[in-house]
Amino acid sequence: MLDKFGIAKRIAQELKDGYYVNLGIGIPTLVANYVPENIEVILQSENGLLGIGPFPYPEEVDADLINAGKQTVTTKKGSSFFDSAMSFGMIRSGRVDLTVLGAMEVADNGDIANWKIPGKMVKGMGGAMDLVASAKNIIVAMQHVNKAGESKLLAKCSLPITGLGCVKKVVTELGVFDITPEGFKLLEYAPGVSIDYIKEKTLGRLVIADDVKEMTLG
Amino acid sequence: MLNKLVNNAEEAISDIHDNATIMLGRFRLCGIPQNTITALVKKGVKNLTCISNNAGVDDFGIGLMLKTRQVKKMIASYVGENAEFERQLLSGELEVELIPQGTLATRCLAAGYGMPAIFTPAGVGTEVADGKEIRTFDGKQYLLEHAFKSDFAIVKAWKGDTHGNLIFRATSRNFNPLMAMAGKITIAEVEELVPAGELDPDMIHTPGIYVNRIFKGVGYEKRIEQVTVTPRAN
Repeated sequence: MLDKFGIAKRIAQELKDGYYVNLGIGIPTLVANYVPENIEVILQSENGLLGIGPFPYPEEVDADLINAGKQTVTTKKGSSFFDSAMSFGMIRSGRVDLTVLGAMEVADNGDIANWKIPGKMVKGMGGAMDLVASAKNIIVAMQHVNKAGESKLLAKCSLPITGLGCVKKVVTELGVFDITPEGFKLLEYAPGVSIDYIKEKTLGRLVIADDVKEMTLG
Repeated sequence: MLNKLVNNAEEAISDIHDNATIMLGRFRLCGIPQNTITALVKKGVKNLTCISNNAGVDDFGIGLMLKTRQVKKMIASYVGENAEFERQLLSGELEVELIPQGTLATRCLAAGYGMPAIFTPAGVGTEVADGKEIRTFDGKQYLLEHAFKSDFAIVKAWKGDTHGNLIFRATSRNFNPLMAMAGKITIAEVEELVPAGELDPDMIHTPGIYVNRIFKGVGYEKRIEQVTVTPRAN
């Protein structure tokens, strides 16, 4: 079974040289720490920065320079700033190659819910609805089950929807799943996790890839 | 002679009245027009409709106007990390319209570009789409969203000149140049104010035609919500 760092490491394997990537808050942000050294990836922050650099040294902290998760960051060589309309313009027009998001629920047809729990939590959707409505390639990084132990991979989302049929892949502590017309397709299982256990913890339709294998994190 | 200079925030907001709709630039705590917000709290105008990406934290940004119950309605995309906001929302004291962040930005843009509406795919199939017109282009569905109509826009810039030209800095640009274009009356507070002619025209983000009043803000407190650093090795 993976921890959150393992999930981030596995998603980093999906990155390709030259990709522009938007990383959501939480586990997705960790993916930045595992970008393979032989490739260059440009990270987009929807508050108006292309080319997010590492956290600043203490004396370099700049209140005017934050990422979408409100953390202080730096710029990388070749970075640029822009306003919020252009930021979502580049997302909407399909320039961003990969989007990694967290989720509360994902359905086996690619629907995603991640912005509201009626009566309990009202934080708002931020940029999530814009991202899921336009991104070409969306990977969800999340825990397989919620705090009550219930599957977050469902036949149908029970929480208010963020976007329809948009998720392409889900990576959890248990495995890697493609969204296919047949439902969640298990491609890789995490070390020490059995396929039967994954079946038990998945409520949506689940098919097992013919060439299913154990995940390697390198 | 063209001169948009006002002395301070109090003078800049002298005609902001009860029931006004105002836009405020910012992303989180970055790029907040804090002098103007302080003046609005002091003036005590009520029943405001505020359009802003976030609602501030409890004691900074729009959070200050929520505390004094000056806000009737809030239009925003993300409102976490504000206990008083959440309390007023759940108790029904505050009317809240949550909209996608890109939609918020582009509705400002449309207002500033003189376009009545936009089509965006954000929110299709969600409760955001309730009651809205949907059009299909090239097989994909889009929502019709209207340009904002706002009595005032209040923005914060890094540098400005007496003609109202503005330059923003780093990620404190965010919604500021968009809202600057979208208010019937736009008020800009700046960290550094110079006479017209001193800013390089090629570097201007917001041309002065969009700005009605400008003043030099004082005492900027650049609050950071989450300081994240790379420790020095040794």
